[in-house]
Amino acid sequence: MSTEKRRLHASRRGFVAGGTALAGVLGMPAIGAAQARAIKIGLLHPVTGFVAYNGAQSRLGAQLAIDEINAAGGIKSMAGAKLEAVLGDTQAKVEIGVAEVEKMNEAGVAAIVGCFQSAIVLATTQSAAKYGIPYVVDVGASDLITSRGLTNVFRLKPGFGKCVDAAVLALDGINGGAGKVAKSAVIVHESSEFGTGTAKLLSERLPKINIDVKEVIKHDNPTRNFDNVALRIRSLQPDIVVMSNYQNEYVLLARTLHQQKVNLAGLFSVLGGGFNFKFVKDLPDVAEYMMDHNHWFAPTNPRAQAMKKQVEASGTTLFTFEIYLSYNAVKLIADALERAGSADKEKLTAALASSTWSGHFMPYGPTKFVNGQNEGGEGATLQALKGEIEVVYPAQFASAKPVFPKPKFG
Amino acid sequence: MLSFDILLAGVINGLAAGAIYVLVAVGLTLIYGVLHIINFAHGSLLMLAMYGVYFLFRSAKLDPYMALPIVMAGSFVFGYLLYRLVIGRFSHGKDENILLITLGLSIIIDNAALFLFTGDTQTIDVPYAGEIVAIGAAFLPVAKLIAFVAALALCAALGLFMQRSDLGRAIRAVAKERQGARLVGIDVENVFAVSYGIGIACLGAAACLLMPSFYVSPSSGHAFVLIAFTTVVLGGMGSFLGALVGGFVIGITESLGGLLLGEQLGQIGISLIFILILLVRPTGLFGGGR
Repeated sequence: MSTEKRRLHASRRGFVAGGTALAGVLGMPAIGAAQARAIKIGLLHPVTGFVAYNGAQSRLGAQLAIDEINAAGGIKSMAGAKLEAVLGDTQAKVEIGVAEVEKMNEAGVAAIVGCFQSAIVLATTQSAAKYGIPYVVDVGASDLITSRGLTNVFRLKPGFGKCVDAAVLALDGINGGAGKVAKSAVIVHESSEFGTGTAKLLSERLPKINIDVKEVIKHDNPTRNFDNVALRIRSLQPDIVVMSNYQNEYVLLARTLHQQKVNLAGLFSVLGGGFNFKFVKDLPDVAEYMMDHNHWFAPTNPRAQAMKKQVEASGTTLFTFEIYLSYNAVKLIADALERAGSADKEKLTAALASSTWSGHFMPYGPTKFVNGQNEGGEGATLQALKGEIEVVYPAQFASAKPVFPKPKFG
Repeated sequence: MLSFDILLAGVINGLAAGAIYVLVAVGLTLIYGVLHIINFAHGSLLMLAMYGVYFLFRSAKLDPYMALPIVMAGSFVFGYLLYRLVIGRFSHGKDENILLITLGLSIIIDNAALFLFTGDTQTIDVPYAGEIVAIGAAFLPVAKLIAFVAALALCAALGLFMQRSDLGRAIRAVAKERQGARLVGIDVENVFAVSYGIGIACLGAAACLLMPSFYVSPSSGHAFVLIAFTTVVLGGMGSFLGALVGGFVIGITESLGGLLLGEQLGQIGISLIFILILLVRPTGLFGGGR
């Protein structure tokens, strides 16, 4: 077992301790019987490279689900067959991701869960399609992922099209409540499929709610310095800035705009890679009043709250969206395996396609896949307020009222 | 067309960014000048120094500027020992071996950092993070102004050390003619290790000046090292003055390129200048034409 794998086990040990003890008791009668063959699940994530943190969080979430399923007796319709993770690292590179799919196919995986970056999801799902391997996208926002007619691809969460629509609706609602103070915007996005696709949609949608897009600024990963972007934004004097970036650049851009005291009515992001509990705790002044439309667990679901507490109690990480999206992706596969009663790829694909699973803790309702996309997936609009992350839109799920426009710098 | 104020602000931003590039490049050019190798572990060691600053801040509440002497000294000792115990010992006197060892070290350090610190983005929140100085249309954060002044002061101090001190003279002698230096009694291996240590100490200083406005993750050092390589080649490999001028030229080019051509396309300016220098003056602006 690799040292990395050992570390992941160590961090989730506490989480599964209770479940393991229970499974030990329940599993006793099965010891004498023939052991069912383990079902291999490929966990493909960028655990090295510039989005290594996000990849590691995804891997942790998926591993937690596998441990929990195994501790509860495995796949019951398959004589308690256990799930076995086959780990892959995309290194945030397309060609490595594709090579990892080839390796996973050789290893005989029944399904793949992956893999955070849209550009790599597009290539790896295509690769998996060659072998008919069911592929559940845990994180990966591009709408292209589920619009290419690949029957092996499934996504529980919404794509960026739906997220942008919901984010723009939320922004319109919040802006309307504040007397339409925001009339113009600058969009800043990272240059890969995720940021470019999101920015393109935003450029089309924002004018429809009477927010003029003054400029769209694209940047590379990594970017060392956002001083000029801040300068450009100040000279354009937009009412709001809408961001779409991965974690490092998200934090650096937000911090630069704050340090340079760029006065805005609001700083908004769609699927903001860095908007999480850690950002809000580490840089509270920077994060305060920032808004993000993103994936969020059902706040009233007791299982979600229990998992959040247990993940945070480990003291090694926070309950970020990657964890619960990947956790639920594996659980979705487990449900399909139970119903298919087989790890055969075709049967598993058919079971996923007909899934009406409601055992997740996302605010989605039962799953219904159309062209591989779960139709019920919804995000939430969040705001950093007093060092916490609050749901501010839609109003029926809101835990706080949005503060918009935000106070100006002295 | 951008106004003069905006362009001036762009130049000021470029100078502030360039100061950090200078510090990173000075260490790289010193190591090249003496050891005649490109230190492929430079980005990884910068990242390590940034984690040093981060942990000193988190655990001992030590401000990055107060930590500067400690981090520089620690980086020097780390670099010195790294050369003595690993690079010098396993290179068997061959430059190509040193190159491969530093490449290997880079891979080991990056992955060790990922294992120990995870890939998470770490930042520090200093009380003066939001303070700015208005220079025309430019709003320069105090942290970047301090970085600019400190980087220039450190370069001047290093230049004086190299010119006036016995050790500086020994380093220059080894850089120029290592066999001759050995013949006149200079401990060449020690000079190699000291030079490597000073190069890494420069990274320690850069780390302290960066952290109030930047972040650290296991891949963050590489964002600077590629630009430092360009700076060193542009200024002339092994030239202090070249690193100084080159760093500022790159900073200003990057900044104005970003303003005029957009943040992504603006990077093309650096490559254009780089190619132009290679065509017109292959030894770099201040290179000796070794």
